Amino acid sequence: MPACPMPELTPMATVEAKSVLPKGWTADLHHPKTLDLTLAVTELLRRSTSRMPQDILEALVTARNSEDEGSRAGNTLDTMLENIKLADDRVAALCQDTGTVIFWVRHPFGISQRRLKDQIRAAVREATSRSWLRPNCVASLSGKNPGNNMDPFGEGHPVIHFEEWEHPEVEVAVMQKGGGCENVGAQYRLPDVAIGAGRDLAGVRKCVIDAVTKAQGQGCAPGILGVAIGGDRVTGYEKSKEVIMRKLGTPNPDPKLDAFERKLTEELNTLGIGPMGYGGKTTALGVLVTEMFRHPASFFVSISYMCWSSRRNVLRLDAAGKPSFI
Amino acid sequence: MKRISTPISEAVIRDLQVGDEVLLSGQMVLSRDMGHKYLVEKKPDWLKPILAESVIYHCGPVVAHHEDGHWSFVSAGPTTSSREEPYQADVLETYNVRGVIGKGGMGKKTSDALGKVGACYFHATGGAGALLAERVKRVVDVKMLEEFGSPEAFWIIEVEDFPLVVTMDSHGGSLHEVVAAASQARAKELMAQK
Repeated sequence: MPACPMPELTPMATVEAKSVLPKGWTADLHHPKTLDLTLAVTELLRRSTSRMPQDILEALVTARNSEDEGSRAGNTLDTMLENIKLADDRVAALCQDTGTVIFWVRHPFGISQRRLKDQIRAAVREATSRSWLRPNCVASLSGKNPGNNMDPFGEGHPVIHFEEWEHPEVEVAVMQKGGGCENVGAQYRLPDVAIGAGRDLAGVRKCVIDAVTKAQGQGCAPGILGVAIGGDRVTGYEKSKEVIMRKLGTPNPDPKLDAFERKLTEELNTLGIGPMGYGGKTTALGVLVTEMFRHPASFFVSISYMCWSSRRNVLRLDAAGKPSFI
Repeated sequence: MKRISTPISEAVIRDLQVGDEVLLSGQMVLSRDMGHKYLVEKKPDWLKPILAESVIYHCGPVVAHHEDGHWSFVSAGPTTSSREEPYQADVLETYNVRGVIGKGGMGKKTSDALGKVGACYFHATGGAGALLAERVKRVVDVKMLEEFGSPEAFWIIEVEDFPLVVTMDSHGGSLHEVVAAASQARAKELMAQK
């Protein structure tokens, strides 16, 4: 199979031209009472749902070039790459499962979280009405779909994490986490006798191998594994998602974990599950690990599986309120 | 690459083997969790002529409703099929369906029904929503939209050259079982290493 060249996404000038933000728009961060990020977050969602981050694109091309000529794995990766080009070109959702929409907002002192929450919810409603997001939020027992991605209780969806920080900038990060991959996430309590995992890094390794083997192709392999060591049951899972915001190819700040991530990715790729579980050399695009403190009695390993269509983006407003997107 | 069209005859299905890559054209019906529960519990007659010798697609699409009233598909890849395992065999037999499209494969009960009815499980590339939506030529109709909501409704669509892989055939073969067994053996080896 001839080497696959890097697919070119539409130039940034074209992306800017299609923006819902007026040219030259800036946020007035000094007037929190009139600050309105609805349009900027709508633009963030337009990009996250339709434009694949460059690091994921590069990882998929590397994967495609490692597969055998004419193999199902190679053909499947070609289909994925073609899909990425089409979605970007047409501003169409990369995947029909536009996911649970998860935000991490970091802001300086003085900005109202209540207002930001209303604005983010308005942006999600707008993105849904424009068919950038599927109405993906239903009542648990009746299955009733309000059609606008809004949990009427304001709790379940969209998910918004807030943090006040000491910087003058504002950052709104978004992840669209599909249901298929969310369903194959797993949490282990070490020691785990069933898989022979003790309370150390070797035990963590076994948890990840076990989770990926159980997932097979169900999470839309090749996946990205977010792993949180420690925390409690809630914070561990939260961090296992947040760590997936890290770009593939950027080193883990902890050299020991960095080496662990690289070696484990290689090992997972010997499992032979392959793209979509059809068999092949690419089962994981990467493993991203974070270590937390924990209660002495508890040792949780929380694993979030992100599908190959790892949709994420970050809106940054600099101190002058000028927006940029990754 | 084999080209097939709905309605599909039993002979065409019996000829397909695990691993075959297929381009499917013609009419199909979308159904997922609420649809399958409804098909099994209510057994609606009105769906019988629509489903006979046709194909069910496990998909909850992103759709656009246009000002003139017509619908189009924006993104429409497969959803995980294993959730329909409790219902699928019954649906295949009751409605004489010739194929199921989804992702992730299905279990023994469905595999047995594929053999009995003469049907295949076709795997579509998960996540390729934009590409697969482009192969949808027309939204013919939509049923139970109000009751189920758009991701769960019965969308009746016409497709052209839908790219699929046969991962479970009508002879008991399953690519999912083969890959699972091999990867479990390899996982065991890895786990035994320090």
